[in-house]
Amino acid sequence: MRRILAILMENEPGSLSRIVGLFSQRAFNIESLTVAPTEDSSLSRMTIATKGDDKILEQIVKQVNKLIDVIKITDITDRSHLERELLLVKVAAMSDKSRTEVKRITDIFRGSIVDIGKQIYTVQLTGDAEKLNAFIETLKNETEIIEAVRSGTVGIARGEKALRI
Amino acid sequence: MTEQLFSGAEMVVKSLSALNVKYIFGYPGGSVLDIYDAIFQQDEIEHILVRHEQAATHMADGYARATGEVGVVLATSGPGATNCVTGIATAYMDSIPMVVLAGQVATSLIGNDAFQETDIVGCTRPIIKHSFNCRTLADIPDAIAKAFYIASTGRPGPVVVELPKDILIPQNTGTFSINTDVKMRSYNPNVKGHPKQIRKAVKTIKEAKRLVVYSGGGIVLSDASALLTELVETLKAPITNTLMGLGGISGTHDNFIGMLGMHGSLEANKSMANADVILALGARFDDRVTNNVEKFCPNATIIHVDIDPTSISKTINAHVPVVGLVDVVIQQILDELKASEFEPDEEALSQWWQQINLWRDMKSISYTQKPDEKIKPQRVVEAMYRITNGEAYIASDVGQHQMFAAQYYAFEKPRQWINSGGAGTMGFGLPAAMGAKLAFPDKHVICITGDGSIQMNIQELSTCMQYNLPVVIVALNNRSLGMVRQWQDMVYGGRHSSSYMESLPDFCKLAESYGHVGIQIDTLDELDSKLEQAFSIKNKLVFVDVLVDEKEHVYPMHIRTGAIDDMWLAKGVKA
Ligand SMILES: Cc1ncc(C[n+]2csc(CCOP(=O)(O)OP(=O)(O)O)c2C)c(N)n1
Repeated sequence: MRRILAILMENEPGSLSRIVGLFSQRAFNIESLTVAPTEDSSLSRMTIATKGDDKILEQIVKQVNKLIDVIKITDITDRSHLERELLLVKVAAMSDKSRTEVKRITDIFRGSIVDIGKQIYTVQLTGDAEKLNAFIETLKNETEIIEAVRSGTVGIARGEKALRI
Repeated sequence: MTEQLFSGAEMVVKSLSALNVKYIFGYPGGSVLDIYDAIFQQDEIEHILVRHEQAATHMADGYARATGEVGVVLATSGPGATNCVTGIATAYMDSIPMVVLAGQVATSLIGNDAFQETDIVGCTRPIIKHSFNCRTLADIPDAIAKAFYIASTGRPGPVVVELPKDILIPQNTGTFSINTDVKMRSYNPNVKGHPKQIRKAVKTIKEAKRLVVYSGGGIVLSDASALLTELVETLKAPITNTLMGLGGISGTHDNFIGMLGMHGSLEANKSMANADVILALGARFDDRVTNNVEKFCPNATIIHVDIDPTSISKTINAHVPVVGLVDVVIQQILDELKASEFEPDEEALSQWWQQINLWRDMKSISYTQKPDEKIKPQRVVEAMYRITNGEAYIASDVGQHQMFAAQYYAFEKPRQWINSGGAGTMGFGLPAAMGAKLAFPDKHVICITGDGSIQMNIQELSTCMQYNLPVVIVALNNRSLGMVRQWQDMVYGGRHSSSYMESLPDFCKLAESYGHVGIQIDTLDELDSKLEQAFSIKNKLVFVDVLVDEKEHVYPMHIRTGAIDDMWLAKGVKA
């Protein structure tokens, strides 16, 4: 089962590599990982998307928690939560037809065209992984995808519950 | 008055003395020469110069295991630091408090593949509890104080502190202050067990008809031996120790049913297999204990007490998990038992003990020695036990001799048995014994070893000479890598691929060449007298080279992939 883990940790050199190292060392799979400092620059917030059954997940959570830099970790998968990912995709837009189609699809998905070249459009889209997948599939039917980059998921619980010190 | 200024190197030494460090084990090199100079100019901390950095880590480890204090290692950058890796891994596997101060090239050179640069923090990441990269001299006291705190609290373990050359040099100074009362927002190890879980545990214990207490290294690490003994006596329960837990309760206590696991006693493994409740205390269900986890004690309710939540339900599902320091939790359990006016169920107990005694009567830990035969290794350990009254510190290497020591030396107290259980590191024994001898110069300290293992750090005979460390080395010399040979006999059709040592030195002469005493024992009739002679020499290291029967196997032994009580009792004899 796919899981979203939210981790709050010290913003120290080596913190990230300790987490990544732990996953590879224990043969846990990371689907995506995003990390950046929070509003408090001494803290980093990480979202990890991973897969595993309850037993594996329990070990992942405990192992991550055991790292000295980690302040808190929670699994937000089963709780009501928001998930977002950013996609930048460069597509071929050579003919009028393909340009119109790309524009139309982008509007429907509520993305935006953020760069235009002679023969390319670069489109930006945010949403959960499923929406991004659907967008890419739809674009593929209309034109050629030249390059795509995804940020990996960030997640946050809905409502009052917050991951903070 | 102007404030006094110190170099980074001086700060290292001042930090260590503020933390009451008595010994540093290490080896110099370019990037740490300033620290060596600072060590030279003081006399609070003694530096022990080893002959190989791996030995420094094992010495610090042996010192830590014997005393409960943090062991400290100092190594230079690059090869000095990487030589520490095996020792760090060994300490990590057995949860030993250790701080490794590793030199590093100057900060301006880091990442340039500079001379003697390796990313030691990167190299050790999977085998340490934590690490610190110091980048300015102001980082040093804080990093060292935190390193000690992290290494010695919660589940102990090794911590690496990386010290680049340029922050150590005398040209670069700053004011010194250290806060040894460390608090960290991200690290607050749990101490007390959750009261609800304690109540649950006690309820389970009270309902048990066939309880077994199974205790591991955690008992030793948290100095919980007296409480454990009280608990076992209150419950009148059988107790078994893991290899790491030996001495956690006296090896001669009536309730002690021997070590469990791969080479454990039949009664210990049988009791576990037939238990209805297992109370696991500071033990981690290592695969050398459980054998096939699928077949592990299917009818038992498992109460698992451990400081490390990741140890709980990792391999064996715990029905009642309790996270906390083992000594604190045992006290909580005792209090709860008292509060609920616990009375042992005498009838169930008598039935259970009757059964256990039948297993005991099978004498699974036994061997035969005929007068005209080569010396049996078990016989040597028994003699050592007798001569030292069961009170020696014994550091062991890895192999058959290790298992014979565990089986035939009834350890009286915790911390007496110093052995690389988790990693199984050959070469550990001698340096670990040296660490213990430094801590307790007046006690018998023995390194029990094999002809293979001793050669992995034999250069430390030189260090023993320099610092006058009169340990007794007892080599059960079977002219082969005995444990490997045993597996080859049992699993590989007797094909002894590379398990011989065909060019052994004369160990006695080798020891003598360093100025030590060498005693060789070849026949059974001289065994006792020569061993007694060896142990009567107090002011010199004695290397006792005992030529033992190379064909002897360690029994009992788990039948591979079987249940915990599926065991070979002797060649071709199943339990
Ligand atoms: C560093 C290291 N390398 C290899 C091994 C694998 N190993 C385990 S026991 C053993 C043989 C040990 O031989 P010896 O020290 O002579 O002891 P004996 O079994 O003969 O008592 C070996 C090679 C190990 N444990 N550690």
